[in-house]
Amino acid sequence: MSNTLLALIVLALGAIGYVIGRQRALKATDGDQRKLHSLPSYYGTNVLLKTMVPAFLLMLVWLLAQPIVVDRSVRAGLQDESVRQDRSVSLVMTDVRRVANGLGIAVEQGVMSRDEARSLDTQSTDVRARLGEAGVALGSDVTPAVLEAAQQYRGLSGTGDIARFALVVALALAGLGWGVRESTPSFRARNSVERGIKSLLILASCIAILTTIGIVLSLVFNTIEFFRIYPARDFFLSTTWSPSFGGGSELGILPLLWGTLYISLIALLVAVPIGLFAAVYLSEYASKRVRSVAKPAIEILAGIPTIVYGLFALLTIGPLLLRVFGDDTVGWMDGGTAVMTAGLAMGIMLIPFVSSLSDDVINAVPQAMRDGSYGLGATQSETIKQVILPAALPGIVGAILLAASRAIGETMIVVLGAGAAARLSLNPFEAMTTVTAKIVSQLTGDADFSSAEALVAFALGMTLFVVTLGLNVLALYIVRKYREQYE
Amino acid sequence: MYDADHNRTENRVGQTDIKISAKDVQVYYGTNHAIKDVSVDIQDKTVTAFIGPSGCGKSTFLRCINRMNDTIDIARMEGLIEIDGENIYDKRVDPVQLRAKVGMVFQKPNPFPKSIYDNVAYGPKIHGLAKNKAELDEIVETALRRGAIWDEVKDRLDAPGTGLSGGQQQRLCIARAVATEPEVLLMDEPCSALDPIATSQVEELIDELKQNYSVVIVTHSMQQAARVSQKTAFFHLGNLVEYDDTEKIFTNPQDSRTESYITGRIG
Repeated sequence: MSNTLLALIVLALGAIGYVIGRQRALKATDGDQRKLHSLPSYYGTNVLLKTMVPAFLLMLVWLLAQPIVVDRSVRAGLQDESVRQDRSVSLVMTDVRRVANGLGIAVEQGVMSRDEARSLDTQSTDVRARLGEAGVALGSDVTPAVLEAAQQYRGLSGTGDIARFALVVALALAGLGWGVRESTPSFRARNSVERGIKSLLILASCIAILTTIGIVLSLVFNTIEFFRIYPARDFFLSTTWSPSFGGGSELGILPLLWGTLYISLIALLVAVPIGLFAAVYLSEYASKRVRSVAKPAIEILAGIPTIVYGLFALLTIGPLLLRVFGDDTVGWMDGGTAVMTAGLAMGIMLIPFVSSLSDDVINAVPQAMRDGSYGLGATQSETIKQVILPAALPGIVGAILLAASRAIGETMIVVLGAGAAARLSLNPFEAMTTVTAKIVSQLTGDADFSSAEALVAFALGMTLFVVTLGLNVLALYIVRKYREQYE
Repeated sequence: MYDADHNRTENRVGQTDIKISAKDVQVYYGTNHAIKDVSVDIQDKTVTAFIGPSGCGKSTFLRCINRMNDTIDIARMEGLIEIDGENIYDKRVDPVQLRAKVGMVFQKPNPFPKSIYDNVAYGPKIHGLAKNKAELDEIVETALRRGAIWDEVKDRLDAPGTGLSGGQQQRLCIARAVATEPEVLLMDEPCSALDPIATSQVEELIDELKQNYSVVIVTHSMQQAARVSQKTAFFHLGNLVEYDDTEKIFTNPQDSRTESYITGRIG
């Protein structure tokens, strides 16, 4: 609530700053904007940026940092063994946070008065029952130590909230004052705004990059944690995947990796020829009218959510394959879920990737190449086969690799279409599973998050990340190399 | 004495065959009437230049001669064009075969992103002109020699054709066109993307090529037309205004528009 209010105040200050800055600059030249260095709106924007950007940044950083700081200082007080009663500090901290939040809610709902909440004491009141009235359910009775810690937690958070509010408003006002002071006719507001915009853009890209780094780091640390409790050799070289939450599981990645690559291979075998031929037809043979209808139609395929493809695999492709290859005929297939089922559905999903990207690449081949070939008496298909496709090949390979990394990372289709058995087999009509599907199943259970069975998900994710990253880098490298060819 | 000499000249002109004969050619791009009533006879073993201001239809007409306009959807052609007395727009004529017989060199050098050897061997391979590798090698060498580029590239036939300089690329394209043994060579402003030295190399080459082929060249440079051609046709706004010996066009034009153009008053 107070954060929304704070944001509104900063926004309002920004708007006021805009008006004042603009007015002040105009007044200095008696309303003649030709005597100003910049257009009046730039003076306004300058004040606006100086008011809002630092204030919002401070607010953001504070909001992220405050819980960590408060947590740490409260936690320091809980080191005493007697408080913990053989429970880990983090479990006690969970209680502390719940009680602290509960008190806040109780006060807000009027179940307790502010003073009552502050002077609460475990001897005279049943804290658990009182908080229950406010709809806050606690797992156990509140011990004095926990209550004390909760009070400390509440106090620190409250102080932090007030300090944040005051400092953010102060910073906004300071920015406003600075911007308004600057608004004189000779001030280069236009350049200042330009710099401001530039820093905003840099900030945005930094956030994007830092998030990526954060994700990778969390993967890396958890992977390291996993390898500390499970030998890396077994993970990479064992051919058995049988996790059991009771312990003694075998977590070999090979069957999963094999399933991933096998399904991806089948998907690419479907998608590459169809996509490529469609691209050739659309870019070289189709009339403008056909192209204007067919190209968007193919690209619609790319907009279908993968869960829908999964349903399609499960309900249509699987039974269809079972009828053709099942026990009634050749007997290769036992159930509807199989590598082939998932592979076909994924192949259909990838067609628009391959065709759309290849189409762009083929169109980028200069018309002069086609003219040159036709001028020598080549037919259209000779021209495509011998001139256009070789010229476009690096780009097409790039498209295929991008499609491949999509296939490797695909989850929903596999979960629904391929089955759940981790198996090393060459028969494409058998059920297998992939790295992604196993990540889902390892993390969606009730597993202890520090066990090897749960942490293996991060190692799997890391492996997958490295593989797809490698493919993407390769694809980018090839595409870039291709671009230089006609320069 | 004078009379006899005159007669001999007459005879020589009379002996020259008509290679390409166009009658009442009309070309439309959609609703745009690009070529109007063009009739012209182009002789064998001669360089014929098409000159005229931009957009006058000279390139369009050139592209009619090997039916390259077929590849443009909205282009439509009427009238008659004959090569060696055979109507090239007849239903029985395969435009693909025709283009092997009527080679074309484009404004911008457009070597394929293949090796120099493969660039030249492309046409012969498609049309099955060589029985074996040795014969193909020979065809490639002959073509490159005719394109006056053999000495420069003989040591690096495997290097990509796109790595050559602009002038070399254009001569490679000429060699590539020559390799399919065409009877007519069409050149659409072959020197406009080249520097003066490369231009003079290509012009020398054109002069040699006329011993074997009928060469038709579109050019924006009147000096070039005067230097390389024996016959010149002047196009203006889709009409063929004047067609005569080059010398006559440049010294004594019959039409006032031709005179205005070559003296630089229009165009």
